[in-house]
Amino acid sequence: MGDHHHGPAKGLKRWIFATNHKDIGTMYLWFSFAMFILGGSFAMIIRAELFQPGMQLIRPEFFNQMTTMHGLIMVFGAIMPSFVGLANWMIPMMIGAPDMALPRMNNWSFWILPPAFLLLASTLFMEGGGPAFGWTFYAPLSTTYAPPSVTFFIFGVHILGLSSIMGSINIVATVWNLRAPGMTWMKMPLFVWTWFITAYLLIAVMPVLAGLVTMMLMDIHFGTSFFSAAGGGDPVLFQHIFWFFGHPEVYIIILPAFGVVSQIIPTFARKPLFGYDSMVYATASIAFLSFIVWAHHMYTVGMPVSGELFFMYATMLIAVPTGVKVFNWISTMWRGSMTFETPMLFSIGFVVLFTIGGFTGLMLSIAPSDFQYHDSYFVVAHFHYVMVAGAVFSMTAAVYYWLPKWCGRMYNETMGKTHFWISFVGFNLAFFPQHFVGLAGMPRRIPDYALQFTDFNMMSSVGAFIYGGSQILFLYNVIATIVAGQPISDEKVWEGAEGLEWTVPTPAPFHTFAVPPQVK
Amino acid sequence: MCFKAKRRLTLALSSMSALLPLTAATAWAQDSKVNAINMPVGVTEVSASIYDLHMIIFWICVIIGVLVFGVMFYSIFAHRKSKGVVPATFHESTKVEIAWTVVPFLILLAMAVPATKTLIEIYDFDDAEMDILVTGFQWKWKYEYLQEDGENLKFFSNLRTPQDEIYNEEVKGEHYLLEVDEPLVVPVDTKVRLLVTANDVIHSWWVPDLAVKKDAIPGFINETWFKSTQVGIFRGQCAELCGKEHGFMPIVVHVVSKADYVDWLATKQSEAAEIKELMAQSFTLDELAERGKGVYQRSCLACHGANGEGGVGKAIAGSLLVTGAINGHLDSVVNGVPGTAMQAFGGQLNDVDMAAVITYQRNAFGNNMGDMVQPLDIFNFKKGQ
Repeated sequence: MGDHHHGPAKGLKRWIFATNHKDIGTMYLWFSFAMFILGGSFAMIIRAELFQPGMQLIRPEFFNQMTTMHGLIMVFGAIMPSFVGLANWMIPMMIGAPDMALPRMNNWSFWILPPAFLLLASTLFMEGGGPAFGWTFYAPLSTTYAPPSVTFFIFGVHILGLSSIMGSINIVATVWNLRAPGMTWMKMPLFVWTWFITAYLLIAVMPVLAGLVTMMLMDIHFGTSFFSAAGGGDPVLFQHIFWFFGHPEVYIIILPAFGVVSQIIPTFARKPLFGYDSMVYATASIAFLSFIVWAHHMYTVGMPVSGELFFMYATMLIAVPTGVKVFNWISTMWRGSMTFETPMLFSIGFVVLFTIGGFTGLMLSIAPSDFQYHDSYFVVAHFHYVMVAGAVFSMTAAVYYWLPKWCGRMYNETMGKTHFWISFVGFNLAFFPQHFVGLAGMPRRIPDYALQFTDFNMMSSVGAFIYGGSQILFLYNVIATIVAGQPISDEKVWEGAEGLEWTVPTPAPFHTFAVPPQVK
Repeated sequence: MCFKAKRRLTLALSSMSALLPLTAATAWAQDSKVNAINMPVGVTEVSASIYDLHMIIFWICVIIGVLVFGVMFYSIFAHRKSKGVVPATFHESTKVEIAWTVVPFLILLAMAVPATKTLIEIYDFDDAEMDILVTGFQWKWKYEYLQEDGENLKFFSNLRTPQDEIYNEEVKGEHYLLEVDEPLVVPVDTKVRLLVTANDVIHSWWVPDLAVKKDAIPGFINETWFKSTQVGIFRGQCAELCGKEHGFMPIVVHVVSKADYVDWLATKQSEAAEIKELMAQSFTLDELAERGKGVYQRSCLACHGANGEGGVGKAIAGSLLVTGAINGHLDSVVNGVPGTAMQAFGGQLNDVDMAAVITYQRNAFGNNMGDMVQPLDIFNFKKGQ
């Protein structure tokens, strides 16, 4: 390709001043993995405490800090940046662009993340402890009754919101402007489509989150009463604003995951994606619906019955486009010629477990039943099925799928498959019993529980340790691949792979598509 | 401090080694709630309709799941490369897409009908036979039975499980964490309307058997109701994260026969009258300290520690406030300390209990002040502000 003289700078400067989409993507991926391990270790502390009834290892106030930080770090530090990293690496290569449209902003949007999380993590060592009000930080527990460190939390959220908005603007600008000749909208790979839509969701709702934490800041330090009834405000207002951000947020997490799976399944089924058009429309419908269902997180706050009905019907509707997606993936597999390498295993695991999470989501949408499910472990089980078996499984699949392309070396397939099966068993052992205890009446976010929940909690803890431990295998496999994996040079890597990213050399050179390809 | 932490660690380790398979729960294996895997049917008509809805949607999901996963697993089994299958090339069909959009939509429509019916039933607050004001506090519930004559009966309901059970220094009782000092008592077959609110942060009043979960929001009053068809004891917990002791504010509802309810109410009212009488009397220091010890354990211990050593709250032992002028001490207990977790107990404790606990604090944990306050002093203090 004659690009070597444009190689990367040497040493630390390569990373600090990085403007190359692949380098920035790599940094995002490593950063998110570090956060995944940190958030995961908090989860291990939680599950160790819940291994049996009684307070064993930590105090209730620290337990609350752990559940809060686990949620915040996993959502904002692990899952979201990991998909941004993937977008950085793959979107230019998928649409035939030389780089992201705004490379310097790209650098900035990554480099403000580590300080933001340093700030957030440092609150754990502050007087009064870190945030202990749950990742949903409902007022007034997060305002009038919050530890002093809440101000640092607010600042941290501002910074990472800024990072997300800049990242999204970059993706939107790239997709609009840098598509190769002939790469029309309806030829774009589905991963690009899902991220394109996700980026708009982010631009729409991150400012809402920023506004919300600013209102908190005003309530705490400047004497306003947005969320205090004593001053004419309303604590429920907080929840409406939070979930107006929060519900689109869950689709921000899951849509790119849909995109990944829609790339991987056709490859290993050796058959084109079934219903490409309907997949695009379904993604857009889900994005639209995500804005009009927020109050289904709040069925018990005392809304009028008309409000409950509206949000119930709107929420039930989400099952339709989501169902379309699942049916399309299965039709893609149908009469294909399948093989089951690690990325395919994780994708099939995704389809099965995400669908289970979708079913419980449908159950949760039924407002009267939700009066029983709400804030119980049933909800915890539900969202871990969609967040972990959904987003994290698909992210894991993506790493195995594209890693050979990124570094020109093949990972160890046996170890990859082992990672999948341990993850699969551990995950289900951890989260399936949580449906039971939730239905039987165990509230979420409690550091100690009644004796009848003991057995399932023990199972859950054992499962969580297995799932957590399996990530060490993953880390080992990835490092071993990069350092000493078997070199490969086949451009396609996978027999059934289609798309522009598989037309560049393996490993992908520092600069790709300096000359735009012509798409037929 | 250090000694305590160490002891806790040894206890944790020893209980882990002793744990072996599933010790805690097996003792209560005869109780049907142990290892329950489903929602209770409950004891109200509403809870039964909710259970039915839950089961209908559950079976719909199971059937769809079996079909979808069945097709997928058949495909995984049959359409694999190792069997020499040549991939087909089809990749779209408008007809199928329409079918699998319309059919789920119709299923949802069918599901929406009973859901709507039940929801409207739940929202029918009319014809309540009695009203109870439920107020969430950090971390206890207050129940106030609203009476026509304004002579409301009110009391607090605190966790009864001792700290020693929570910290594994004693064997855990059958209703560990689900037991209170004063349960909510209501008559059977009576539509009870609850007005739910909170004093500090948001709580949520949840009893699974009654299928009631309603957020308690400071500054706002939510309505909900239940009508139990069975007598019995029903247990629940706060469902909304409300701070440190969120896991330790249970709810216990005793549903009793109508006759028993009348008796109970009469007893409670005469108790209230008795307290009124006591408030006019004088006590010795020992009497006050004795009573105060119980009050301390119910109301102060969670934050200030079993030996007054402090925790979330400041230490009582050797405290300058407690060993200072009585009025300063009274002020912070009656009115709370704004901006901290110290609540205003003036409205929570009656004057006798207030006098008792103040006296106890001044004379326990090495605070040998030797002085005391009488209920009448409390009354005058409150009146004087």
